Amino acid sequence: MASPAPLIAPREGIGAALEKLLGDDLIEHVFAVGEDSITVRREAVAGVMVELRDKLDYQQLMEIAGVDYPDRAERFEVVYHLLSVTKNHRLRVRVCTDEATPVPSIVPVWPVAGWLEREVFDMYGVLFAGNPDLRRILTDYGFQGHPQRKDFPLTGYTELRYSEEDKRVVYEPVRLAQDFRNFDFLSPWEGADYVLPGDEKAGGTGEAPGKGAPSPMTAQEVKKADEKAEKDKAPPPPTPKTTESTTQTGAGAKTNLKAAKTSRDGAKATATAKAKTPATKAAEKAPAKPKAPAKPRAPRKPKAGGDA
Amino acid sequence: MTDTPHVHHYGGDLFEGYPVDTANTAGDQAVTNYTINFGPQHPAAHGVLRMVMELDGEIIERVDPHVGLLHRGTEKLIEYKTYLQALPYFDRLDYCSPLGMEHSYVLAIEKLLDLEVPARAQYLRTMFAELTRICNHMLNIGSHVMDVGAMTPNLWVFELREDCLNFFERASGARMHSAYFRPGGVHQDVPERLLYDIGEWVEKRLPKLFGDAMSLVIDNRIFKQRNVDIATVSKEDALAWGFSGPMIRGSGIAWDLRKSQPYDAYAAMEFDIPVGTRGDCYDRFMVRVQEVYQSARIIKQCLNDMPSGPIASLDRKVVPPKRGEMKQSMESLIHHFKLYTEGFHVPAGEVYVATESPKGEFGVYLVSDGTNKPYRCKIRPTAFSHLQAMDMMSKGHMLADTTAIIGAIDVVFGECDR
Repeated sequence: MASPAPLIAPREGIGAALEKLLGDDLIEHVFAVGEDSITVRREAVAGVMVELRDKLDYQQLMEIAGVDYPDRAERFEVVYHLLSVTKNHRLRVRVCTDEATPVPSIVPVWPVAGWLEREVFDMYGVLFAGNPDLRRILTDYGFQGHPQRKDFPLTGYTELRYSEEDKRVVYEPVRLAQDFRNFDFLSPWEGADYVLPGDEKAGGTGEAPGKGAPSPMTAQEVKKADEKAEKDKAPPPPTPKTTESTTQTGAGAKTNLKAAKTSRDGAKATATAKAKTPATKAAEKAPAKPKAPAKPRAPRKPKAGGDA
Repeated sequence: MTDTPHVHHYGGDLFEGYPVDTANTAGDQAVTNYTINFGPQHPAAHGVLRMVMELDGEIIERVDPHVGLLHRGTEKLIEYKTYLQALPYFDRLDYCSPLGMEHSYVLAIEKLLDLEVPARAQYLRTMFAELTRICNHMLNIGSHVMDVGAMTPNLWVFELREDCLNFFERASGARMHSAYFRPGGVHQDVPERLLYDIGEWVEKRLPKLFGDAMSLVIDNRIFKQRNVDIATVSKEDALAWGFSGPMIRGSGIAWDLRKSQPYDAYAAMEFDIPVGTRGDCYDRFMVRVQEVYQSARIIKQCLNDMPSGPIASLDRKVVPPKRGEMKQSMESLIHHFKLYTEGFHVPAGEVYVATESPKGEFGVYLVSDGTNKPYRCKIRPTAFSHLQAMDMMSKGHMLADTTAIIGAIDVVFGECDR
């Protein structure tokens, strides 16, 4: 690996071991960007965690992260990050859910999950069945909504201040002195989500607003590209290119004939070239059409006069 | 005798508003548990921590820490910023060890980009990460000692912390929120003189001043009485509660990400991992004390082996060109403009990168969708897991031990609440 990120050796035979251990509960195992991640069935997650902890030595649960993909039918991902201190390996376990379906809590497996699940609940509204204390944790007392959802505005809905009249903190709807500035870095030709004027037939691509055009490659492919470039650095051409015969250069009678012909553009070009020389007045009248650049040049004249 | 009414008066004020039954004393039959608020404004809470404590006399029965009073929505804000604009938010997470926070983030981006970082940049980052560790431990050790009753050592170690902050200022221009680590390297090269001064400081000033300050504490009878056998955590508990950093090492597990999963130049460094034997507050404290000496060792090695060369990647699609180049080259000007308006695009993918921050495992789970802004940036704070174990650790201890336990956790709320 070229980057100086923490060096974690891939664990030998982890894929086969996971398949054997989890069976049908394992939906997908992906090894990407040097990290193992598995997707498991939501209903089975508590059992899976026990298996992973006891059979595969993932002793620690470091983190539970929620991710929101509003376009999906099951919009939330709950991502568990496990760490094995004996095997020195990390594993990412992923389950999908929606607003209404609870995920089985893993507090009985790791007590640390208590707050981590509370945080995901607070931020995304994912429910955890069996968590003994599923309260909000980071947001204010009496807060409404789930701020990390993609449809929750960055500014929120309420703001608070100390009111001198009431002698207490009061909550008010958010009023912005200036609109939130979210610049659009999408190139129109790289998948903007709006339709350019006059380009209605093409239609937009539906990217999120304010995001730049996506990088064409994924992180996993970048590595592959590196390896590939390393592998076939200089592919030797099958037959070296030469210009020894006329068939290779394209020279011959036919080309000579073509070269002798004067095209209309060619005639015009010579005519304008002549026009620039003051001696040939007659040639200046020769082109029938008025010259195209005459119009844009006009405004420059007063400007030049003004400067002088 | 004039003292007595004064004491009564003070006690009455202190407990005003709390359901304290002053009629019952400890010997009576009908002693009921009562609940008190610890914080959110308390000098020993190390920030805005509110703990609802259920007490039986002075014995803690249950602790319910309320966190989130410093929640600023950092993760949400990062989703609306380009990768480079999001970097300074990390300084403001754990404001006692800002560079340690940046470290995970820049490594996560570099991993997604598969970006090579020049050796000098790696050494500089390693050195400043260790300087940050010393800086952080100075604050924690000092305040821990002060929380349990000693004043002098705190003032002495703050001198050292001040020195560290001055070094940060000379390197980056800012004492605390440096924004010095950048994706691809560091922001700018350090003056030669600074390296010399750091070497001098590590060699002479740090061991002397720190050794003096610690000589007052380590064998001090009062300090030991307040810390030994307080909040003992077994190895199993430390694993189950997601402990990391000095907390897990205090419990006797020699787990250090700098050794087991080396990043930047740590693979080339020689250092030891101090571990505790009993897993109490004193062990955690001593682990930090020893870590300071180990950090000093790493800094010395960095200074000795510091290679010359570029301080950031030369990939101009990620790292902006130098000012001088921009005056000469149109292409550099375009790169600069694009990087500071649109920013660079990170290939789609997801990584979880964790580094050994001074407080433990600080992780960044970065999900990129291939655009110039992170799709999701989950920050794994260290204090969040540690503080959750507060209830487990302080059950059965006295109310006064809470300050020692919090001090040994080394909690900073910028990071815990995000």
